[in-house]
This record gives sequence, structure tokens and C-alpha cells, in this order.
Amino acid sequence: MRTVIRGLGELCITAGLVLLLFVTYELWGTGRYTRQQQDQLNKELVKSWAAPRVTTEKVKLGAGLALIRIPRFGAKYHFVIIEGVELADLRKGPGHYPGSALPGALGNFVVSGHRTTYSAPFNRLGELKMGDRILIDTRDRQYVYKVTDRKIVKPTAVDVTDPVPFHPGRTATKHLITLTTCHPEYSAAQRMIVFGELSESIPRAAAGAGAKPAADRVSH
Amino acid sequence: MYAWIWRSLPGTWQARLAIAAGLVAAACALLWYVIFPWLEPKVQFDHGVVNGTPTAPATTHR
Repeated sequence: MRTVIRGLGELCITAGLVLLLFVTYELWGTGRYTRQQQDQLNKELVKSWAAPRVTTEKVKLGAGLALIRIPRFGAKYHFVIIEGVELADLRKGPGHYPGSALPGALGNFVVSGHRTTYSAPFNRLGELKMGDRILIDTRDRQYVYKVTDRKIVKPTAVDVTDPVPFHPGRTATKHLITLTTCHPEYSAAQRMIVFGELSESIPRAAAGAGAKPAADRVSH
Repeated sequence: MYAWIWRSLPGTWQARLAIAAGLVAAACALLWYVIFPWLEPKVQFDHGVVNGTPTAPATTHR
């Protein structure tokens, strides 16, 4: 009897330690997968941008769509945005809601990303201030969005993804970006939404995604 | 259980300690590199998508 109870106790302690290790893995170990995928997607994206344009350029689900950079999060901050917001897509990086506007287009370009786990691309979204720049690089152009608002909403608030956020059915008149992530950190109770509006559209320097384009600035 | 493993280990207590540490490291590596990567897509702590169900936004109206 005593050995049985002792064995049970030992099992419980072991299970607790394994759970702790699993939480550690979720928070930091999952980033390894995301970094691998991001490297791969980055290579593919750069390669496809260097290749001649295909007549109808439609991004496949799960493939890289654009690059996102946010200067406030440091010069090294860059992620490939993936087309799709399924679990498998968001494990690879921030995902673009299929059906929402494309980068720089009229309407709402909606991107979702993890706040924690999987390299936590949108971990610091709460630090963004009004007017902060969000840079979206596509094949030909770099779109500079400026943060206009930040809101905490319920997980069911799909109207943030509308062409005109919170006004379903209304026709879009502005070029918007919407970033969604979970809130509070480590929870899924709410969503943090960051809104931005296009302020500039400049030609992307053909060489390297990190290069800063200089020539002919087109203001919006 | 652990007492039994300890008794079953051969050698001096130093050798036993080294083997025990190796076993713990092996168990951790197995969990970290094999079991957790398999388990992790099946659980999710962190939902960043509005609508709860991660699919295309339910905006059929245009």
C-alpha cells in the first residue's frame, strides 16, 4: 500500500514537471519552427519577386504574401505575412485574412498574428503609438501605413475585418490595415486590434528587402 | 519508482549520479524534440484571429 501511494506521488510530481517543460516549450520552443518556416518563406518570396511577373499573380494559401516591418520594434523586426489564418498558417508567421484587401489596395488589409508562442510576431502590438509606421513590402512597392487607433474587442468582433471597420456593408473609401492578436497576453479572452491608414506608397528597391527606397515618393 | 531505478543502477554513487543525469537528459530531449512537436499543433493557448474559428471573415456582404 505504501509503495503504491509513493509511486502515485512520484508519478504526479513527474507529470507536473513534464507539464512545466511543455509550457516552456510552447512559449520558447515553438519559435524554432516559426523561424525555420520564416527563413524558407523569405527565400521563396525573394526568389519569386526576382522572377518575372506572372500574368495573374494569385498567392496560394500558406505561401508568403508580403513582408511586414515595424520600425518601433527594432531594425531586425521583419516577418513574412502568410496567406491564410488557419492554425497551420499562423504557426509559420502572421497571416492575411483571405478575402480581405491586398496590401496597398482600397479596403482593409487584415493580418492576424500570435501574441505569444511561435516567435510571437505581434507580441509588442500594445506598444504601438498613434502615427507609428507599419511597413508592408510587396513585389513592386512598399506601403507605409500609420497607426491610427488601437482597440480591445471580443473574439467574435468580425466587423473589425470589414472594408470599413465596424460598418459592415459600407463601401471602402480608405486604404486601411488592421492587425489582430490575442489579448491579454497568454490568454484568448479578447483580441487586440491595431488600425492603420496608408500614408505613402513608394517603389521598393529591387535589391534586398532591407534596402531603403529613395526615389520618387508618391504621397497619398 | 525512482528509488527502485536508483537501486538498479550499477557502480559507485558517483557513477549512478552520472547515469541518472544522463537518463533525465535523454527523457527531456525525447519530450522536447519528439513528443512536444507532435503534441503542440493539437493544443492552442493563443488565438489571434477574430471570430474564434480561424477561417475567412464572415463578411458575405460587399
